[in-house]
Amino acid sequence: MDTVIDQLPKSVDAAAALPACVNGLPNFEFPSIDTPSAFLRAFTDDASNPDVPIKPQHGTTTLAFKFQGGIIVAVDSRASAGSWIASQKVKKVLEINPFMLGTMAGGAADCQFWERWLGSQCRLYELRNKKRISVSAASKILANVTYHYKGSGLSMGTMVCGYSEKNNTLEPEIYYVDSDGSRVAGQLFSVGSGQTFAYGVLDQGYDYNLSVEDALTLGKRAIIAATHRDAYSGNSCNLYHLKPTGWVYHGNYDAAAEIWRLKEAEGSFNDIRTK
Amino acid sequence: MDILLGIRTQNEVLLITSRSLARGISVLKSDDVKVLECNKHTALAFSGEPGDTTNFVEFIRANVRLYGFQNKQELTTHAVASYARKELATSLRSRKPYQVNILVAGHNGTPELHWIDYLGTNVTLPYAAHGYASYYVLSTLDRWWTETLTLEEGLELARKCIDELEKRMPIDFKGCNIHVVDQNGVRLHE
Repeated sequence: MDTVIDQLPKSVDAAAALPACVNGLPNFEFPSIDTPSAFLRAFTDDASNPDVPIKPQHGTTTLAFKFQGGIIVAVDSRASAGSWIASQKVKKVLEINPFMLGTMAGGAADCQFWERWLGSQCRLYELRNKKRISVSAASKILANVTYHYKGSGLSMGTMVCGYSEKNNTLEPEIYYVDSDGSRVAGQLFSVGSGQTFAYGVLDQGYDYNLSVEDALTLGKRAIIAATHRDAYSGNSCNLYHLKPTGWVYHGNYDAAAEIWRLKEAEGSFNDIRTK
Repeated sequence: MDILLGIRTQNEVLLITSRSLARGISVLKSDDVKVLECNKHTALAFSGEPGDTTNFVEFIRANVRLYGFQNKQELTTHAVASYARKELATSLRSRKPYQVNILVAGHNGTPELHWIDYLGTNVTLPYAAHGYASYYVLSTLDRWWTETLTLEEGLELARKCIDELEKRMPIDFKGCNIHVVDQNGVRLHE
């Protein structure tokens, strides 16, 4: 099946930038070996060999939840490669289009590449069908890709969030999609190495009827909690609010500053002794 | 660790599946449904490798539906089970086999239950279980199952099995869904 990208003239930059398509998917050449994932692991697994030539980004805390006022998406911003902090200002919320957000956990390259590719697929759907794609359809496109590449070493844990039209009303949806091909609809998810710490605060403070302000505060607070306990999460929190009219960015909050502020305001973080 | 249990009663088949969906050390969902309506009178319960499971059962359902559309004649439960078994058996000898275990429950005049594992074993049974759950409840079912169970008695037996699992399984599976497959089709009980 030919996609629109296949039909574009070769001089168009966008088409030239993507690998050649097979069955509508960008096609990558594999090393001619039995198990690509084991081969890749030999070159990337920091734990078994600290001298590995490739150290991809790992370790993250991301979360998203539905509530009365829409969806809150909050993430940290640290990229680590083994024990090395590769970056402190990563954008882990990928803006697929003005109505849909994807989060990034696991391999940064895998998430960035496939979610940007997903964005182009969603745009093509819009052009072809004169209506926006549903979140369930978009997440299924992504899940079909991750399933297609299952076992070849992809590493991603992502939440596709947005509003979809369901019997003439717009409804919020969150789908968890990961690199083993799972796709799960849900109300509240946290993904990444700091997920347990984020859940610890999020689950206990969650209520569907939370006000928008309280929900934003809770999302941010859960990420801060994770940055405090998870060495692979940190630096800052990016906050988004999804509404039927699209997503709204609610800023970047420095984790260290937030912790000191919260310690003062809530009387929390008493593991940090100041005297 | 997912629980998959099937009990055939006199006029229906009960499918009991755990509600927990876990990845790594976190429970992602505690209201998961592991049963898929394949056609009007046939349901598939599934467990196994994440990704493989949903992909496999959706593939089976799509082809079963396609057969129904093309031939204006729905596949029987027995045929669905044979087809699913064949796909698993073929897949087993491929580079990346489906690691999926299923129960096929249906009602074509009489209720029937098929136990199929990822190796391509297909057996028709009065009651069946996959995974660790089978070590606990098969003896329970051996003791109390009879050919003439009513729906109420079947549900009571299902309750007995769930009670035993809650008592002895080391991991909380967040309760169970009970699906009933009878002459009217597939429905979630309660």
